[in-house]
Amino acid sequence: MVIDALLAVAALLLLAPAGIALAASPIGRPTVYGASLALSLVLVVAGVVSLSGHHESAATLPFGLPWLGAHFRIDALTAFFLIVVNLGSAAASLFAFGYSKHEKFPGRVLPFYPAYLAGMNLVLLSADAFSFLVSWEFMSLSSWALVIAHHHLRENMRAGYVYLLMASFGTLSLLFAFGLLAGASGDYAFDTMRATPPSAELAALVLILALVGAGSKAGLVPLHAWLPLAHPAAPSQVSALMSGVMTKVAVYGFIRIVFDLAGPPAWWWSMPVLFVGAVTAVMGVLYALMQRDLKRVLAYSTIENIGIVFVALGLALAFKANAMNFAAALAMTAALLHVLNHSLFKNLLFCGAGAVLAATGERDMEKLGGLIHRMPRTAFVFLVGCAAVSALPPLNGFVSEWLVFQAILLSPQLASWGLKLMIPAAGALLALSAALAGACFVRVYGIAFLGRPRSNAARDAHESERVSVVAMGLLAAACLVLGILPGFAIDALAPVTYLVAGGRMPVQTAVEWLSTVPIAESRSSYNGMLVFVFIAASGMIAAFVIHRLASDKIRRGAIWDCGFPDASTVTQYSDDSFAQPIRRIFGTVVFRAREIGEMPTPSSTAPARFTAIVRDPIWDTLYAPLTEFVAFTAEKLNVLQFLTIRRYLSLVFAALVLLLLVLASWP
Amino acid sequence: MALIHDLLFQGGQMLLVLLLAPLLTGFVRKVKARLLRRRGPPLLQPFRDLARLLRKDAVLAENASWLFRVVPYLMFAATWVAASLVPTFRSGLLFSWTADLIALIALLGSARFFLALAGMDVGTGFGGIGASREMMIASLAEPAMMMIVFAIALIAGSTQLSTMAAFMNSPEVGLRVSLGLALLALIIVAVAENARIPVDNPATHLELTMVHEAMVLEYSGRHLALIELATFLKLLLYMSLIACLFAPWGIGAATADPAEIAIGVASYVAKLVAGSFLLAVFETAIAKMRVFRVPQFLGAALMLALLATLLRFVSRSF
Repeated sequence: MVIDALLAVAALLLLAPAGIALAASPIGRPTVYGASLALSLVLVVAGVVSLSGHHESAATLPFGLPWLGAHFRIDALTAFFLIVVNLGSAAASLFAFGYSKHEKFPGRVLPFYPAYLAGMNLVLLSADAFSFLVSWEFMSLSSWALVIAHHHLRENMRAGYVYLLMASFGTLSLLFAFGLLAGASGDYAFDTMRATPPSAELAALVLILALVGAGSKAGLVPLHAWLPLAHPAAPSQVSALMSGVMTKVAVYGFIRIVFDLAGPPAWWWSMPVLFVGAVTAVMGVLYALMQRDLKRVLAYSTIENIGIVFVALGLALAFKANAMNFAAALAMTAALLHVLNHSLFKNLLFCGAGAVLAATGERDMEKLGGLIHRMPRTAFVFLVGCAAVSALPPLNGFVSEWLVFQAILLSPQLASWGLKLMIPAAGALLALSAALAGACFVRVYGIAFLGRPRSNAARDAHESERVSVVAMGLLAAACLVLGILPGFAIDALAPVTYLVAGGRMPVQTAVEWLSTVPIAESRSSYNGMLVFVFIAASGMIAAFVIHRLASDKIRRGAIWDCGFPDASTVTQYSDDSFAQPIRRIFGTVVFRAREIGEMPTPSSTAPARFTAIVRDPIWDTLYAPLTEFVAFTAEKLNVLQFLTIRRYLSLVFAALVLLLLVLASWP
Repeated sequence: MALIHDLLFQGGQMLLVLLLAPLLTGFVRKVKARLLRRRGPPLLQPFRDLARLLRKDAVLAENASWLFRVVPYLMFAATWVAASLVPTFRSGLLFSWTADLIALIALLGSARFFLALAGMDVGTGFGGIGASREMMIASLAEPAMMMIVFAIALIAGSTQLSTMAAFMNSPEVGLRVSLGLALLALIIVAVAENARIPVDNPATHLELTMVHEAMVLEYSGRHLALIELATFLKLLLYMSLIACLFAPWGIGAATADPAEIAIGVASYVAKLVAGSFLLAVFETAIAKMRVFRVPQFLGAALMLALLATLLRFVSRSF
């Protein structure tokens, strides 16, 4: 199976030069996206077969380090992530069929797109540190090329620069993590690492390095700074992949290192993971509420969801360390299910944002509005995505969050006091972030799709291509199906949770009525299908009875608005005004938000002004001092470039002596 | 046979909540009016209002979308389903396992999400202000509610409402600090969620501090009737929830014994009457808050509930 998967990846790699050759020709687009779609589906099948057939396959190819070779392997964890990544890639490729017509420079996108897909798949397939890191860098670089595809925009270049820096930093951390795992013997194959787990202190260091390395790619606060810049800058199908899929590859990296390679966890490992996850969830959604750019809101919402995933992973670590395998399996299932769910609805939402961008040329929500009339199909599927990301039943986002809450309710049985205080706090932050996500997506949908058009571009918008709508419709359908029948997905995850958490959830498909039951039915249960059926039935009964027995007449009239309708569309609620209450409550603390209102003097004809100032606390306290420090040191070190030859020679000599002294004093 | 019984009870509960909800609101209004030394509208006035609204044509704004027309049905359906799953006079309802308490709250969250969207559909200032403030209130009330659920679920060992009610009815509950804190928080959340004084004024119209009414300003006819009915149902739901968690006396077990059911119904009605008296007295005695005082009010609920949960984590005896 691994050979088949590698062949598909090789085909993707070959597609990249084909993309260069065909970029100018009219068949280039259909070829690249069609082949990407087909190959993604092949890889999905490979994942499904490996996961359902419970079989692992490995191969060693003669590339890479001469004494090592390149190890590749599909186990349950890899198989699951193969499905997630390639489902997302397939949907994005299908969407790109229609959407990429609007691409002005196909030559800058077509070659890198399949290469990027290949990079993500190679990370998942790698079974030694060397191939893993090379693939990881390949993935980063190809996505970087896509981020700066539209490099005539200054902000895109800046986004690409920040992304490149953060990606290198993340890879550096992972490099150290793998170095520690390999130990002095220097055998980089995952099998060897697994067989010889590091000592407790080294393992702790590995945990921190993995959290930093994978976390910077996933967008954990405070390493998220690049994400809301880079994800929106790329073409929309690539934004969908970066947000929906690549962050999941980072989650995979974290699970692989911490749950699989680093040996049995200590009780405190979960503390940093829980803390960072909970803070990320709340900060991500608060940032999202302060943004005006549609794609940037979605990028920040990705950060929030990654926070939720990491909270679930932290819980799984805590339970695993306390040998509560059934609870660890529950938390791990919640994390993995949320990974899958988020990849579906975030893909959908980014594709929707791309459709809006193609139809109006706008990403600024303040210039949108009323799109539900002009783009009814896109508006419908986008609504499904908004409801799913806001964790509303009966859609899929709710199921995974519900499982996380159920896992939290098991945690009083944990022994340590730190966790007893940390987990309820994390639970409260999680609940807060879920509620804020609802507000955030009411804002997004209400401003961008509802109301009256706020610009001519929005007034003249047109529905997107049929194939793009089909792609989004399939994603929306998947969101609904996973929401009402999560049992099948949960059962399919059993081999993965056996592998990384040492247990599994009860068999869900055996439960009556296909309910979801984490522990026992008397404890908690949820049945998305019945909720869906009940809501649909009672809504339809109500509609039928009322239309039959009471009235079914509709009259159209002018807007009422309490008798004072205003013809101007600028008097509508705007994105800023919608966020104002939340900015006042949370923003004054977190973002030092201030509002400045300037009223002109009575006789003056000057306009009144209102400004809301929001600071980014993490940029201010972490990144700004860091960049200043780097600039300062660079300035000071600049003198080294203008020394005489004698001084250079003495410098080299001093360095040599110093190194020899170190070597001599080494024990 | 047992299945038919169960179906009967589930259907009975659905009809019961539908009939009781307007009556409850009518009763609260009546008591409030009497406390203000007014005569007040008759008890059945909400029914008459609904019937009148249902018969009228629905007037839609020119640019109202399909979403605007679907939301009332959606909201009513979600609230009705949620209200039918809370044990009222008899626990162990046929479909009680469909949604536990967390899912129930999320269902109400769905209803609110779509109503807020409908408020923004036409593109008016009032609709936006209502939607924005409703979501602001929800952003604090929902986590508070979740913490309350945590606190109680950790005591009862379940998030299933039937199990929780049965546990609360058993002698092993006793007096606990965390339960007291959770009850206080739950009352605050219920007041906010139902748009009652001091958070919002259900009787107002055209006031800048209004929240719920501003959202539904553009609605008329049968759509408005459904939204009103859903609001009545929500009030009933929260009262039933408080009754079933903190005063579960008299809730019959899963039997078909007519005497037990009679006791269940009688005690349920008595609880509702007591609850509406307390609500009316509270609303009459207190003034409405400024909108930006509401976060402090709800923040208190959140902190109380968090404290209750933390106490549970720290020790089993609190």
